[in-house]
Amino acid sequence: MDNAISVNGLHKSFGRTKALDGLDLTVATGEVHGFLGPNGSGKSTTIRVLLGLLRADRGEVTLLGGDPWRDAADLHRRLAYVPGDVNLWPNLSGGEVIDLLGRLRGGLDTKRRDSLIERFDLDPKKKGRTYSKGNRQKVAIIAALASSVELLVLDEPTSGLDPLMEATFQYAISEEIEQGRTVLLSSHILAEVEALCDRVSIIRNGRTVETGTLSELRHLTRTSISAELAGHPNGLSTLDSVHDLHVDGNKVRFDVETHALDDVLRRLSDVGVRSLTSQPPTLEELFLRHYTAEGAVTK
Amino acid sequence: MSAALVGTRQLVRLALRRDRIILPIWILVLSFLPASTAKLYHELYPTEAARQALISGAGKNPSISVIYGPAFDLSTPGGFASWRYTGVIAVLIGLMAIFTVTRHTRAEEDTGRLELLGSTVVGRYAALTAAVLVSAGTSLVIGLLMAFSSIGAGLPAAGSFAMGLGLTLVGWTFTGVAAVCVQIAEFSRTANGIGSAVLGVTYLLRGAGDSSTDATWLSWLSPIGWAQQVRAFAGERWWVLPMTLVFAVAIGSVGYWLLPRRDVGAGVLPARPGPAVAAPGLRSPFALAWRLQKGTLIGWTSGMLLVGAMFGSLASGMGDLIGDSPQAKEIFQRMGGAQSIVDSFIAGMGGMFGIFAALYAVQAVLRMRTEETAVRVEPLLATNVSRLSWVGSHLVFPIVGPAVILAVGGFGMGLMHGLRVGDVGGQLPGALGGALAQLPAVWVVAGISAVLFGLFPKYAMAAWAPIGLFVLITMFGPAVNLSQAIMDVSPFTHIPKLPAAELTMTPLVWLTGIAVVAVAAGMAGFRRRDIG
Ligand SMILES: Nc1ncnc2c1ncn2[C@@H]1O[C@H](COP(=O)(O)OP(=O)(O)O)[C@@H](O)[C@H]1O
Ligand SMILES: [Mg+2]
Repeated sequence: MDNAISVNGLHKSFGRTKALDGLDLTVATGEVHGFLGPNGSGKSTTIRVLLGLLRADRGEVTLLGGDPWRDAADLHRRLAYVPGDVNLWPNLSGGEVIDLLGRLRGGLDTKRRDSLIERFDLDPKKKGRTYSKGNRQKVAIIAALASSVELLVLDEPTSGLDPLMEATFQYAISEEIEQGRTVLLSSHILAEVEALCDRVSIIRNGRTVETGTLSELRHLTRTSISAELAGHPNGLSTLDSVHDLHVDGNKVRFDVETHALDDVLRRLSDVGVRSLTSQPPTLEELFLRHYTAEGAVTK
Repeated sequence: MSAALVGTRQLVRLALRRDRIILPIWILVLSFLPASTAKLYHELYPTEAARQALISGAGKNPSISVIYGPAFDLSTPGGFASWRYTGVIAVLIGLMAIFTVTRHTRAEEDTGRLELLGSTVVGRYAALTAAVLVSAGTSLVIGLLMAFSSIGAGLPAAGSFAMGLGLTLVGWTFTGVAAVCVQIAEFSRTANGIGSAVLGVTYLLRGAGDSSTDATWLSWLSPIGWAQQVRAFAGERWWVLPMTLVFAVAIGSVGYWLLPRRDVGAGVLPARPGPAVAAPGLRSPFALAWRLQKGTLIGWTSGMLLVGAMFGSLASGMGDLIGDSPQAKEIFQRMGGAQSIVDSFIAGMGGMFGIFAALYAVQAVLRMRTEETAVRVEPLLATNVSRLSWVGSHLVFPIVGPAVILAVGGFGMGLMHGLRVGDVGGQLPGALGGALAQLPAVWVVAGISAVLFGLFPKYAMAAWAPIGLFVLITMFGPAVNLSQAIMDVSPFTHIPKLPAAELTMTPLVWLTGIAVVAVAAGMAGFRRRDIG
């Protein structure tokens, strides 16, 4: 089985709300896949369908070679899930929840559990409600990481963690990756995705708008250039790859798509460059571009 | 307004908006019952003889006094209506108060919403005060509407106000009780539980007092008893009203006194740490369900043992009491002698236990919905736990739990009664059988709840409606000569009234059949639907 997850044309509505509108998602076995999208774009809904908690209206969904709706309980032995919003039972301690979830999944490694509790600095004796949001999140993360499973499904797992714990989390996940596990990481923290993921899918309004490796996506980003030229720039406005062009005498300011950088720089140097500053491409920008409705970054 | 109360007005408005459906329902259901029954009085008892039979029959029957309260004057429509309804409305208005106060205080703390509000400009006492005002205000509206509608139905004004305000004050008392409960308890469920238990005890205290000959003072220990001792339409005792008011204010003050002595989100008692590692047994969906459900089951079971023992020790007194009233004696002798008065009392109590067990069953089914809406089911179903095993491990409680509750109640009643008449071997089986015979009807209620949870989860809370309807039918149906067709809607109507009547298996079998089908439909529905 080369694909741990494969989703094709997934549709899901809640009454009148269309949560998923033909979503595609492919996660290869052994890969760490970032699942990005603005709030309400359908990340959690997709994950719930993948876990067999929601029934798809339309579309093909395969998880670990099985049907997540029909074979739910069997497939769940092979995966661990960290929900975005962790609610614990008020009368169970954190340690009890970690053990219970691990056992229900089919067993957990107590050594790894203990070391994770120490690294995440969690007091396992506290009862459900006395934990802060970050600490509830830690309980779910430890419970997921303490079982040895093929697939980790993480829905915004670090919401509520402080920066130190965020680093601990990234380190723990990179250990899992070394073990060859497949990870689906839903997030809206770009730095986290850049640090951990091989490939990403960006979704908006329940539809996949971009998917590829990080370097492929970087290719889709834009570099901001401002330059003072020897003469008047010609023909820049006719290029599709140039955006937000401002011309002021011999001064120009514009954004250029990274793949066209070479071509544009050649045109500039043909005119003669006196000074030039450029801002490096960031995924952030690409990300923002997809987040805003018009597909353009407003600055 | 002092700083500690800043924001109260906005919170009252928020609470009224959130309760814009539930409070009008309480008001509609509770306000107009006495007036509508008063109008029926002359139809129900058209002749002097019929009224005399009522006074010396039902009015003197202690097994009826246990439920309704003392009959002061049944010769007028007002006296009749206040006798029929004061006790029951007192219980319901008490529940309204407890649930309302908890909903806007402790339940908000549970969800963390109150913290969000607390960080804005809201005084320390604002949330509690807003909840108290909404609950007390609703109680006042109910009492006044009751008084005006009764006057409108032609009842004397004095009695109408005595009845309405007496019940308003019961609402205020339990508003105060709830104000204390929400400080002590760490969770809204516990606060509602403690409040309801206090309410139950006060109902039982007056039940014991009202049905006994030598311990009538017990009724005076109960705020519900006070509402009855106002003697609306039977020579009003006005001084009982200010007495109740003082008590309500005093108990509410305790809540205000406790509030600053605890942290937001915590109870007065500090939370104890739990084990760092789960016990070896905590490894199945059922083990978790047991952890979550056992508290409620143990509470109901021990309460039922107490109730059963109390009524068991009262039962043998029933025969004596009839001695005072020749007419009642004649009626009961026609039905088969003094022993059958005791038997019919025991049978009646068995029916009441059935209602209690059904209330528990609804609560136990709805616990699943609570788990679901609190998003605590998803992490479980994302493990190797199948939907059927999760729902099945919870359904054990509404199915087996009522059997335990009924057995314990019937046992307590049979044992105490048997000890008092020196015939445990002869009395115990009858009382136990009478209670256990209720099971099929209880299961039907559990089945209806399971269907709602499994197939119509958004409306799961409507599971309280059928049991509410059945309680009304069972308690008031006979009083207003409800047609048999309507009486038959309630599964409890079909249960043979053991030990006073013969055991007939047929209704038990088909009720069980309905329950089985309903539970299966609920489980199948849950298997196929979206979670959340
Ligand atoms: N149970 C539900 N009922 C109704 N609408 C829902 C439900 N769950 C999600 N939605 C809606 O579906 C959309 C996608 O939500 P979600 O998957 O939670 O987004 P994300 O996780 O990306 O923030 C949102 O518009 C949300 O309001
Ligand atoms: Mg989400």
